[in-house]
Amino acid sequence: MASDSMDFHLKVWRQDDRESDGELVDYPNVAHDISPHLSFLEMLDLVNERLIERGDRPIAFDSDCREGICGTCGIVVNGQPHGPKRKTAACQLHMRAFDDGDTIYLEPWRADAFPVVRDLVVDRSSFDEIMQAGGYVSVQTGPKPDGNSIKIGKDVSDQAFDSATCIGCGACVAACPNASASLFTGAKVSQYAVLPQGQPERERRVLRMVHEMEDQGFGNCSNIGECQAACPKDIDLDNIARMRREYVRAAAKKGSPNPDEAEV
Amino acid sequence: MTLDPNVPEGPLHEKWDRRKENYSLVAPNNKPNKDVIVVGTGLAGASSAASLGEMGYNVKTFCISDSPRRAHSIAAQGGINATKNYPNDGDSIWRLFYDTIKGGDYRSRESNTYRLAQNSSNIIDQAVAQGVPFAREYGGELANRSFGGAQVSRTFYARGQTGQQLLLGAYGSMMRQVDAGTVSMFPHREMLDLVVKDGRARGIITRNLYNGEVERHTADAVVLCTGGYGRIYYLSTNAFNSNGTAAWRCHKRGAFMANPCYVQIHPTCIPQSGEYQSKLTLMSESLRNDGRVWVPDDKDDCDKPPSQIPESDRDYYLERKYPAFGNLVPRDVASRNAKLMVDEGYGVGPNQNAVYLDFQTAIEQKGRDYIEDKYGNLFEMYEKITGEDPYEVPMRIFPAVHYVMGGLWVDYDLMSNVPGLFVAGEANFSDHGANRLGASALMQGLSDGYFIIPHSLSNYLAENRHDLDDISGDESAFDEAEDEVRTNIQKLVDASDRNREKPSDQQSTVMDIYKRLGRLTWDNVGIEREEESLRSAVDQMRELRHEFWNSVVLPTDTDKFNKNLEVAGRVADFLELGELMAKDALHRDESAGCHFRVEHQTDEGEALRNDEDYSYVAAWEYQDDGDGQPEGWNLHQEDLEFEFVELKTRSYK
Repeated sequence: MASDSMDFHLKVWRQDDRESDGELVDYPNVAHDISPHLSFLEMLDLVNERLIERGDRPIAFDSDCREGICGTCGIVVNGQPHGPKRKTAACQLHMRAFDDGDTIYLEPWRADAFPVVRDLVVDRSSFDEIMQAGGYVSVQTGPKPDGNSIKIGKDVSDQAFDSATCIGCGACVAACPNASASLFTGAKVSQYAVLPQGQPERERRVLRMVHEMEDQGFGNCSNIGECQAACPKDIDLDNIARMRREYVRAAAKKGSPNPDEAEV
Repeated sequence: MTLDPNVPEGPLHEKWDRRKENYSLVAPNNKPNKDVIVVGTGLAGASSAASLGEMGYNVKTFCISDSPRRAHSIAAQGGINATKNYPNDGDSIWRLFYDTIKGGDYRSRESNTYRLAQNSSNIIDQAVAQGVPFAREYGGELANRSFGGAQVSRTFYARGQTGQQLLLGAYGSMMRQVDAGTVSMFPHREMLDLVVKDGRARGIITRNLYNGEVERHTADAVVLCTGGYGRIYYLSTNAFNSNGTAAWRCHKRGAFMANPCYVQIHPTCIPQSGEYQSKLTLMSESLRNDGRVWVPDDKDDCDKPPSQIPESDRDYYLERKYPAFGNLVPRDVASRNAKLMVDEGYGVGPNQNAVYLDFQTAIEQKGRDYIEDKYGNLFEMYEKITGEDPYEVPMRIFPAVHYVMGGLWVDYDLMSNVPGLFVAGEANFSDHGANRLGASALMQGLSDGYFIIPHSLSNYLAENRHDLDDISGDESAFDEAEDEVRTNIQKLVDASDRNREKPSDQQSTVMDIYKRLGRLTWDNVGIEREEESLRSAVDQMRELRHEFWNSVVLPTDTDKFNKNLEVAGRVADFLELGELMAKDALHRDESAGCHFRVEHQTDEGEALRNDEDYSYVAAWEYQDDGDGQPEGWNLHQEDLEFEFVELKTRSYK
């Protein structure tokens, strides 16, 4: 049971910018008198206030909604992306999940495709590049048939929804020893593969997105499953299986796995 | 000066069609030569950028996040209204329009609100075509639920993540245009000034938040979709980076700020648990479909666990006071009643700062599976934050700042009084009057972005083609704006360097001042306002602004990622906006919707409007003191003409 006030020893990755070398820096006495009700990021807010007051540079981290939906925050806490609690983003982690006196390691997402901006902040624009390659249904703005003219069974709709809840935080990449973006890409591919709206571009989408994923420097999937374990939305590993099936199917149907050569 | 909203003539239901028929067009071969800047990538921004890109314009889109998908629309939970009438419960365009006008306590522009209701069905069709996974019935049709202020079920939803799914749909459409080469994306950029040349908006100045570079961007028109300024309260349901700076800089360049005191306090949020809390979390209004709000009958029971308070000793005060709408009264009514209960000593929870939202009846009647399917992720979120299981123990909730109805003034074409500056979504003031109904923000953002801006902006470009000459970033208007941006950043650095020399008890961090600003705004321009405290708030805002500049210390590296520097600039702007909010609330000597002046209430404690004197939009013009700070504001009025609805006292009884 957590007491009302806790002290922590922080070890934080400090790196001034993308080009600099980084190092783990010890902060034995800054995270003191911490209430267990604080969220992890509020603990960092407080630590930063103390650092600023004494004229030190605060720890750079990013966050936005602080309710686990925007995907901005992301810190590797004690080796685990988003920390020790399952299905919980770093912003929803509370200090009651730790014990008084714990040493806590804080590091950025580590992947070639996610260069460090500063300290714990990384650049995830590679995810946008993957989305740009096909993470949508190509429809123009304008008059459309009535929403109920496309009937979709509740089971199919729920399945698509489960894939669509990915928040694009990148924890899956950080958790993967190959720094693969397969769970992220697979979730988007799956959402549209099961929905009728996604059918016309089904082959083109998977071929283009998978190739973009490789071009961005993400690794391949070797079925380890850490990605799902780290995912704050519990996106299922089945999404990767589906993506592969879709990929093979598309390559066979369109004559090539290469989107530039395939007839898509 | 009386403002002309530029509303088309004719019957309400023909206005928008007539206006569209009269709009001038830009020929397809000319569109790629027209540059449009869209600032913000939430629902309004992403849908504007996608639609304008599809039309063939050369679009540049900017956001403060590392990816456009992170915009705060993503956090909207409950749903989006539309007049489909799928449940066959008597809904129509007129009814959604009427509910929205009434919900806004007759302080919105009739024509805009009607158009919003007209567009609502198209939004659902558009989103379905994009593959947005709305909730479905077993037969495959779209599902609906109810929201406050309505007696029909017209809200479409995707579990408790409707904003996320709609935003990913709009973001996807925008990314498709990035791929097509019509939209260029500039993430992690903060807009720090609007460039006005010959009286027209012709570009923006941004700061790259990763490396501090100050950049110039030219355009033929600018669309501002930067959301609301609710973070002025520090504690709110808004995201950490949401802010009012882009709108405020436009205001200081001449755009009028309309009804800034209209702020929505959402009734169902998780109450504050401690001093260091950084934000409040919303629990969707949709929960009031199945949750019942209550407090103990007896104050002495407030400390007891809720399970030990029998049914007979509970006061379901919303059901008691408003039998017709019950737990689904509009947000302003629900919020004020929750505050009333807590103020009178009926607050529950460890800090006695909450009321219960109880699902026991619904779980008994409909089963746990039903509740889990509808609200599963909300219940999980509640448990993560509070450590309590809402399937077993009722939720504790309290009102929190959630949305601002006020914003930059726009005419019917969504153009501000600065030609070429369009404003869409929460950033404009237009559709919700003094109170927004639930599930209407998503609707407005997408109506503006998909279905209005593309047409009205095209018309502007076509009509003004002879005045929109080629523009280069080297022109003096850009020099001047960039200089000002650099000066503003340097002022913060210099202030910090100066203040570091002072004794530590005379230093404040940015967050110290920010929290005090939030408290000051909440206490005086919050759920209830009154003359004396508003007067004092105006003075206190000025004093706090002075204190900010004379005590603030912050990390001063301007060429790196520096969150404190970003926030310092936003707080400096909020400290000016706060004064205007208090002034606006003071000047509006009536109650209307969320603007509840204690001096003006009915015998039953409801908001009492004064239609004779205040049936207008208050649009404020900024006056500079010559040193970059506000000297004061001039009031301009847009009279609200109610041609089609009769003004009544709202009743939800």
